Amino acid sequence: MKRKKYNIIFSVILIILLFVILYFAKLYLDDYKSRILNLCAIYTILGLSLNLINGFTGLFSLGHAGFMAIGAYTTALLTMPIPIKEQNFFMAPLISPLDKIVWPFLPSLILGGILAAFVAFLIGAPVLRLKGDYLAIATLGFSEIIRVIFTNTQRLTNGALGLKGIPNTTNLFWSFGIAVITLIVMILLINSSYGRAFKAIREDEIAAENMGINLFKHKILAFTIGAFFAGIGGGLLGNLIGAIDPLMFRFFLTYNILLIIVLGGMGSITGTVISAFIITISMEALRFLDESINLGFFTIRGIPGLRMVVFSVLLMMVILFFRNGLMGNKEITLDILANKLSKKPLTKGGVKR
Amino acid sequence: MKKIATLLAIILTISTLFAGCSKKEQQTSSSNSNSDVIKIGVFEPMTGANAAGGALEIEGIKLANELYPEVLGKKVELVLVDNKSDKVEAANAAARLTQKEKVTVILGSWGSSLSMAAGDIVRKAQIPAIGTSCTNPLVTKGNDYYFRVCFIDPFQGTVMANYAYSKLGAKKAAIVQEVSNDYAVGLAKFFTDSFKELTGDPNCIVAVSNYNTGDQDFSAQLTNIKSANPDVIFAPGNFTESALLIKQARQLGIKAPFIGGDTWETPEFVTIGKEAVEGATFSTFFTSEKPITKESEKFLEAFRKKYNHEPAAVAALGYDAYILALDAIKRAGTTDSVKVRDEIAKTKDFEGAAGKISLDENGDAVKNAVIKTVKEGKFTYLDTIEPKK
Amino acid sequence: MTLELFLQHFANGISLGSLYALIAIGYTMVYGILRLINFAHGDIFMMATYFAFFGVLTFNMPWYISFIVAIILTGLLGIGVEKAAYRPLRNSPKISILISAIGVSYLLENLSIVLFDGRPKPFPTPNIFADVINIGNISIQRLTFIIPVVTIILLFLLLFLVNNTKSGMAMRAVSKDQETAQLMGVDVNSTISFTFGIGSMLAAIGGLMWALKFPQIQPLMGVMPGLKCFIAAVIGGIGNIKGAVIGGFLLGIGEILLVAFLPSLSGYRDAFAFILLILILLFKPTGIMGEKIAEKV
Repeated sequence: MKRKKYNIIFSVILIILLFVILYFAKLYLDDYKSRILNLCAIYTILGLSLNLINGFTGLFSLGHAGFMAIGAYTTALLTMPIPIKEQNFFMAPLISPLDKIVWPFLPSLILGGILAAFVAFLIGAPVLRLKGDYLAIATLGFSEIIRVIFTNTQRLTNGALGLKGIPNTTNLFWSFGIAVITLIVMILLINSSYGRAFKAIREDEIAAENMGINLFKHKILAFTIGAFFAGIGGGLLGNLIGAIDPLMFRFFLTYNILLIIVLGGMGSITGTVISAFIITISMEALRFLDESINLGFFTIRGIPGLRMVVFSVLLMMVILFFRNGLMGNKEITLDILANKLSKKPLTKGGVKR
Repeated sequence: MKKIATLLAIILTISTLFAGCSKKEQQTSSSNSNSDVIKIGVFEPMTGANAAGGALEIEGIKLANELYPEVLGKKVELVLVDNKSDKVEAANAAARLTQKEKVTVILGSWGSSLSMAAGDIVRKAQIPAIGTSCTNPLVTKGNDYYFRVCFIDPFQGTVMANYAYSKLGAKKAAIVQEVSNDYAVGLAKFFTDSFKELTGDPNCIVAVSNYNTGDQDFSAQLTNIKSANPDVIFAPGNFTESALLIKQARQLGIKAPFIGGDTWETPEFVTIGKEAVEGATFSTFFTSEKPITKESEKFLEAFRKKYNHEPAAVAALGYDAYILALDAIKRAGTTDSVKVRDEIAKTKDFEGAAGKISLDENGDAVKNAVIKTVKEGKFTYLDTIEPKK
Repeated sequence: MTLELFLQHFANGISLGSLYALIAIGYTMVYGILRLINFAHGDIFMMATYFAFFGVLTFNMPWYISFIVAIILTGLLGIGVEKAAYRPLRNSPKISILISAIGVSYLLENLSIVLFDGRPKPFPTPNIFADVINIGNISIQRLTFIIPVVTIILLFLLLFLVNNTKSGMAMRAVSKDQETAQLMGVDVNSTISFTFGIGSMLAAIGGLMWALKFPQIQPLMGVMPGLKCFIAAVIGGIGNIKGAVIGGFLLGIGEILLVAFLPSLSGYRDAFAFILLILILLFKPTGIMGEKIAEKV
């Protein structure tokens, strides 16, 4: 008990410290660096939400891009100032009452999440009866359907023209704040009885059902919560970039998030967070592969696209040789860290590939 | 709870490390800006769906850089970044140019949506950007830092409607648009408005069909259009899809002429469409057959020498964007990006390779449009259309 | 709608449907044996078109030789992919193999962007395929007659292979129960390799036909056809070869008729396949021809 109390205090201190650092980061970091950091936090949110569905509950869903699109469009349409809306919708006016309302950021974001969750609930009711690869392809299909609908509803989403001039409300505090909240919600959820039920379903559905777990209720719960955070992540992303269009939300976007959870370990929260940071930062850092490198006396010609090849090779290597990703379904906890520091140097426990 | 704590600790360390690294980098980059190099960012798709267009523009920009390697006594260095034909990447790439590379001016991009993704970033960073071939009106609207050396879609739509009405004598038109492409949808609308005005007939558009980027089978859409029997078919869209579309239309026995927009002017349009695209007519920015200015001649000569083929219109635009940027830096006499921006905004009757450029209050170029057609597998000059004053 | 117009639409539908059917056969074969959605099928199909393209343009082969070479190379590629990416995971959870399939598809796409350059290339179409035949006012490409014939011939060849040959028997055994098949003396590894080889060669034939009909190739060309043909296979009952053909035709004709009767919905055409897929999965998950599979505990 004492230990738990100690842990809570420690966590609070860490959170405060994080925000102090963020405060200085915001002061000193330029737009480019803080944009990458923002993306790291947003991908953490997205990765955690996909991991809840795919990693913890064992439902192989590929519909994340669709939920993100719903969140991004809701948030963008609600937060955009009226003159900018008029500017955007020059082809056909925006349907009322959306053309008249402007909401603050937070409620818009939450509504975006709720709408995504609602759609997930509607979709989930029929689709979650499917299993494995059928579920994968059905959810992928749904996210494509959402994208096609968004492309064709000119008066609601501005169709292919997309939205431009979305207020850049997303900053380090928003993204990291929400990432921390997502993290806390996920950890509490995973360690609750619901979380144990999710894991039971992942390990063996039939056994779980026989143990009295309501399969359908739990599956839809995981799916809806995952979609909620995906919607929020989408909203943050839209307001970070300032411009969105339906083509952004192709299923390749889902693949990117899938890459994060596969690398981090399906079913590991720590792993997801770490790999969200690693992948986002290295995506940028590896840019040199695409560009020419000037060594003074001669220039190595960059090959555009090589970066993505390196990434796909990396993904394949993880899949084939490090099947459990960075962390498997293990977590780094304070206890382990404390043990390591006090007892023996890095040997067992915590970090294992 | 302890997991949370640990995770936070990890995030903390990573972000501090990150912040630490970045400070160092900042120092180096600020020392860079004092050196003898003036950096110009090139923001183009080098991979992904728009890679073909990006490559053509880069040809022009690189050529301009070779011809005019210096300004204010300093060497000009091109910083090329790939926006991957993707909005998130485009925003990152633009932020990289403005913050990390600290460029004075940004040139690009092919693809209006990519330019739009960069719009807010250049405005906030107060670094001027000169669009090459992004023709959507939204790119420069409400953004004091985005300019362009090309005309915009409303003008282009009018030009083609005029051409269809007065040159082809068309009374009924059909539209096949790439519905997931902002450029195509915009152009189709401006064409429709203008064509309705010209004919005075609200029902002059007899059929509208949509398709998606990447589609390859258009037989159903085209069969519908065939039954509507239009005099002319306006089909704005990406060159690959358009070439396939026209090919299939001819196979279905559609005889009506096809007209479109500047995206068609890529070698692939002809190599994929082959004899089917003969007679396809479109508006574009530039022709190599009739040099418009002195700069055009210089450009053409150097281009043919360097690349051994005829330049595409967008290559000339890339070239123009570069020399306009250089001119503005020269006029400003400094690399201070805000002052350079003010000088770009003042541009009037600037002699570019693709015609004289005057920027209007939105930062859009007001200039001639050229109409070209495909004749014996080559893009052939038909007409020049003056802008409305 | 006049009869003539309807017939033209119908001909278009048959033409597209037979292409879907051709590719769906390959999908269904692989699924039937391995119970794995080969996400990379569309990309293998793309690679085949590039092989043929370079065969004709770089090595100056006549088109038929280049096609045969491309089909063989693609078969080898398929076997290689299976060996490298699926075999090591055969005993892992299904999700791992699925992710591996996505990974392969991602890798092939990105690799071909670097190797072949992202710009679309014109695919050489020999005239014997491209000629247009006019019946009254209806125009039909000669290819429209060739593709269904190829599809039907391949269908019968495959049915013969699966039902009447020794390797076919081994394939069926592996598909029913890998372990038991192994115990009965079936070489599971080489049977699966063989299936992948055949499946990929079918993808190659489909890809070449696709490229002849839509003569433009680019690294991402396989993505949408891949998904749609998978859907066709599911509609017909995945694992069932005849079902795949029926599913392909249904999907192709359905897509065309949707645009024909509801022109204002033409922008939603890509969603049609997915909506159809979800409906089928909900109401008849095993597809039109599929057999009911009892769930194993």
